[in-house]
Amino acid sequence: MDPLHQFQINPILQIVIAGYDVSFTNSALFMAVAVALIYALLVFGMQGRALVPGRLQSLAEMFYEFVANMVRDNAGHDARPYFPFVFAIFMFVLIGNMIGMVPYTFTFTSHIIVTFTLAATVFVFVTVLALMKHGLHFFSFFMPHGAPIALAPILIPIEVISYLMRPVSLSIRLFANMMAGHTMLKVFAGFTVLMISGLGAIGFVAGLVPLLINIALTGFEFLVAFLQAYVFSILTCLYIRDALELH
Amino acid sequence: MPNLLAKGRLARWSGVAGASLATLTVLAGNVLAATAEHAPDAAHGGEHAGGLPQLNPATFPTQIFWLALTFITLYYLLSKKALPRVAEVLEERQERISRDLSKAASLKEEAEAVLAQVDKALAEARSEAQALIAKAAAEIDANNQARQAKLGADIAERLRSAEANIAAAKEQAIANVRGAAADIARDVAGRLAGVDVDAAQAEAAVAAVIEERRG
Repeated sequence: MDPLHQFQINPILQIVIAGYDVSFTNSALFMAVAVALIYALLVFGMQGRALVPGRLQSLAEMFYEFVANMVRDNAGHDARPYFPFVFAIFMFVLIGNMIGMVPYTFTFTSHIIVTFTLAATVFVFVTVLALMKHGLHFFSFFMPHGAPIALAPILIPIEVISYLMRPVSLSIRLFANMMAGHTMLKVFAGFTVLMISGLGAIGFVAGLVPLLINIALTGFEFLVAFLQAYVFSILTCLYIRDALELH
Repeated sequence: MPNLLAKGRLARWSGVAGASLATLTVLAGNVLAATAEHAPDAAHGGEHAGGLPQLNPATFPTQIFWLALTFITLYYLLSKKALPRVAEVLEERQERISRDLSKAASLKEEAEAVLAQVDKALAEARSEAQALIAKAAAEIDANNQARQAKLGADIAERLRSAEANIAAAKEQAIANVRGAAADIARDVAGRLAGVDVDAAQAEAAVAAVIEERRG
């Protein structure tokens, strides 16, 4: 009945390395499943190397071209070498979200530590990229071009803070959306159960209402699952563009 | 830039919506959890007394560890194996399509050249045929004219000779009539008047009468 029970991390295999508990958990299991699914889709899908693609190959090519267009349109042509990184981010988040839509699975993207680690990876990657490309000139990024020097004491802290907030907003957006949606589904399902157990025969009729809402919410959740993966990777693209072009 | 702005807005609003939804649902969830705790459900009573499982730091190392492991594996597999293969297939297709397109264009050009040749040959044949027809018509025309002229001359010639014959026959007949008339006149004169008229006289008299009548 507890709608937060679905977020419980349950160890499957106890592992401790250097004093840290790194057990293989349900979360780790579905991360591995996501990686296997993505790799299988691309490898089995492209196995035929057909000129006219079949269903699976079409799907693989569609993902490839979708992300390739996203990188080209949002990060520019110079961002071509970072396409695999964006593709890995997009597919990992998307498949992670989609796996979460299957009952009895675990949504690893609903954990703040996972989304934050991903966002921090993007943040560190983008910052290192900018430093490598522009050296110390990178710090001019924090002083908006053409702004009066007198405003620098105000503008620079704001820009620095907004830059440092990127991984926070990136991770919280994904985590909050995934957790909220899944909790909502559980809460409404819980209402149905409560009504049936509490109201008896009337409950079976009244319980239909949250059930119908749940059906709509499930469709909505699929949209959110895709949209959040899209937002996450498109923001990654925009950050890469910032790193490459510094405005 | 409006495009980017729109995307930024989408990201911001989904963030705001997600956060507020999360707050609402966590509140509702806590209410449900509270009601659930009243029920004798011992299975997971003590384990997450701290509330959100997401905020339990004890699970952080394992999640970070497995995320790093799986994500690095995924990145390696994608960048080294899967994505180059997709790119290869897509490039191959692009190449094939452009090759086919250029081939089709050259074939079209060729066909057009052949068509032009055929058109030219057809026009030549037509003009040749027309010339032949004109020549034949002219020949036939000339032939006809010659034959007609010859026929005309022939007819005229025959007409002339026939006319001459008729004229001769007429002269002859007139001469015969004159002779007969003179004989008759001499005979009549001898019998009626007993005058013997010599032939020359009679003839001259007859001729005079004929001349008189004719005139």
